[in-house]
Amino acid sequence: MTLLAHTGIVFGRCLRSTLRSKTNLFFGMLQPLLFLALFGPLLTELDLGVSGSSWQTLVPGVLVQLALLGGSYVGLGLLMDRNLGVLDRMRVTPVSPLALLLGRTLRDVVQLVAQSVLLVLLGLAFGLRAPLLGVLLGLLFVAVLAAALSALSYGLAMNVRTPSEFAAIANTAGMPLMLLSGLLLPMALAPGWLAGASRAVPFRYTVDAVRQVFLGHYANTTVAVGAAVTLALAALCLMGGARLFGRVRG
Amino acid sequence: MSSSVIRVRGLTRTFSLGSGPVHAVRGIDLTVGRGEILGFLGPNGAGKTTTLRMLTTLLPPSGGEAEIAGRDLLRDPAGVRRRIGYVAQSGGLDPGCSVREELVTQGRLHLMTKGAAAGRAEELAGGLGLSGLMDRPTAALSGGQRRRVEIALGLVNRPEVLFLDEPTTGLDPGSRAELWDLVRRVRAEHGTTVFLTTHYLDEADALADRIVVVDAGRIVAEGASAELKSRYAGDPAASLQDAFLAITGRGTAEQPLAI
Repeated sequence: MTLLAHTGIVFGRCLRSTLRSKTNLFFGMLQPLLFLALFGPLLTELDLGVSGSSWQTLVPGVLVQLALLGGSYVGLGLLMDRNLGVLDRMRVTPVSPLALLLGRTLRDVVQLVAQSVLLVLLGLAFGLRAPLLGVLLGLLFVAVLAAALSALSYGLAMNVRTPSEFAAIANTAGMPLMLLSGLLLPMALAPGWLAGASRAVPFRYTVDAVRQVFLGHYANTTVAVGAAVTLALAALCLMGGARLFGRVRG
Repeated sequence: MSSSVIRVRGLTRTFSLGSGPVHAVRGIDLTVGRGEILGFLGPNGAGKTTTLRMLTTLLPPSGGEAEIAGRDLLRDPAGVRRRIGYVAQSGGLDPGCSVREELVTQGRLHLMTKGAAAGRAEELAGGLGLSGLMDRPTAALSGGQRRRVEIALGLVNRPEVLFLDEPTTGLDPGSRAELWDLVRRVRAEHGTTVFLTTHYLDEADALADRIVVVDAGRIVAEGASAELKSRYAGDPAASLQDAFLAITGRGTAEQPLAI
């Protein structure tokens, strides 16, 4: 059997687990929606220094934030499985070790894209207008970014001992990266030094590209650079995640 | 076919901690015959679990070699995994999953088709008295029931060797006795070799054909229970505890308790 078939087996198991925990699912979905509903209306009258409506700026930002935060926290679930011995039990089977990572990551991508669709629908209700193709491309960006962060998050979870250690690292890394990417407010508003610093953060390019495709601009440099940076990041994170995942600790 | 199913030579494992290297396993040589129940006995921290994790491919050894079920541990870990079952001390059940889902998933992870995995799950449930529990979440099982499910997971692939890490820790006396019966039955009915770690002397005494005593990462004694008793406690009718204390030199209060 191929890696794909192995990944499918692990994916099925993980997806059923996710669908079973209705409480987690409900509250996990609720948070970004609340964010959009309670923060979005504050921006409608402001001049954000960008073209399009404030929703065309904010919705892409919240989408990338969802992939960033949602993706980077998935390792906590793996830590629980590790502590319960579930992971070791699965590792002593002929299923490919890489599939144990990829199956989980695929589940996370599916879950985060489903959440993103809800988020876009809520945005539409509030007044977001964006071309369908642009929205679909935006979701594709979210999917690739979610895969990258999820794989990296699992790699981290395999190399720390406790959930609090994991959360400390994920928080410390996630928070400045999120603020520096201009997810909530565009970097067009930032002073020079901050805008400059944000150029070093890959998510900045992803969100800029998603904002462009939400405006219906597909063939420009911002989109091309965003796609290249996001794909490169995904390749790096998947390789790094796989390496860290395969490293065994006592 | 050779009559030994586990052959271990010079197995070592060193962990590097901030304070320096820790030699958890310092050179284990061991042969286990087909169909044997081996009790790997030792105090906490003796290196039992580390050895088990190496033999089940979960932890790469720092040195040494092993052949398990005819496969080389280092060169063909996937081949080893196909032929063994492993039940960790923590068990490895997802509390939200039903018994059926756990058993079927394990079959799928052993690359069975959906139909074969479902069939195998029913078969094991019937044999292990789990049929009435198939749709319960594992969190709703008693300790003894949970252990039986965990053993069933370890048997899904009809392993040649079943590794059990402290299988009765935390169980009540009735469930322990049931589990011992189950282990004996697995061996009797399928000729499965069982490698179990324990720090319970009565468990090793009751269950194991042969006991290997480990302490500080080394094998310090081995033999059938009666042999160990007469060799180390001077009397085959002595308790295994006397022999164990003579072997490991601990258990007696070496220093007064500072309370």
